[in-house]
Amino acid sequence: MSGAEFDCEDVVEVVTDYLEGVMAPEDRRRFERHLNDCDGCLHYLEQMQAVIRLVGRPTVESVPPETMAGLLRKFRTWRG
Amino acid sequence: MNAPVADFSATIASIEDLELLDRLRRGEEAAFTQLVEGLYGSMLRLAMFHLGNRAVAEEVVQDAWVGVLRQLDRFEGRSSLRTWILRIVSNLAKTRAVRERRTLPFSSLDGLDEQDREPAVDPERFLPAGERWAGHWSSPPRSWQDVPEELLLSQETRAEVERAIEALPPTQRAVIVLRDVDGLTAAEACELLGLTDGNQRVLLHRARSRVRRALERYLDDAQVA
Repeated sequence: MSGAEFDCEDVVEVVTDYLEGVMAPEDRRRFERHLNDCDGCLHYLEQMQAVIRLVGRPTVESVPPETMAGLLRKFRTWRG
Repeated sequence: MNAPVADFSATIASIEDLELLDRLRRGEEAAFTQLVEGLYGSMLRLAMFHLGNRAVAEEVVQDAWVGVLRQLDRFEGRSSLRTWILRIVSNLAKTRAVRERRTLPFSSLDGLDEQDREPAVDPERFLPAGERWAGHWSSPPRSWQDVPEELLLSQETRAEVERAIEALPPTQRAVIVLRDVDGLTAAEACELLGLTDGNQRVLLHRARSRVRRALERYLDDAQVA
């Protein structure tokens, strides 16, 4: 992206580059300038940050009992 | 280009990793059970990604645990324990895929496919070309700040997020799981999945955008109801 200011349709496509910290400094400034003036895009950024937090909430997978029993046997042998 | 923002979150072993390691080396079964429960799903998903066959993927995960135990004394803490273990799974799965003469799913990924090119947001939500404010929101997203915590953090919302992740194309799913569930860095995810940095980011972007869309629909419905 160069020259023109970002519009909202650009912002939703570069938001991951922004969050990943890989934007060129002038694009970063352009992005932040847009967000200063645009509640819709500010909310969009906040929603993406919420998505990252929600996806990252830890879940404990249930391990099939026979698999766990087999692995524990290996662990006991290893500890030996 | 500016330097990427450094992300050390998953690049070295944490205090918790080192404590867990200590308990494992003392032979504490509870520590081992905790490790297996926290990693089994991620290991299986990663093996599935390379192999596409659940039975073979399960065998690879079993073999990976044998490898983990054999090499545990050599773990030096230069990555997180999680990354180190997932790397063992990835290496075994890739070797097994070659043996099974199976083409790796991402050899086709150097060119991303159609699903990875779709817009992040439905174009209908922006003012069309020709309008004075073309490219700006016609239907802007609302703030989730006023979504009640008990809804945002509910089991139902959690289940909706998981459904959205399961519904993703496999490569997008693999990337978002490693990055946002397992907390790996971009470089680590690229290594484990055999992706370029640019493609990894495109896939992460598409995956997060799709999950956001699903969640927006869900939260709008839930609050109207």
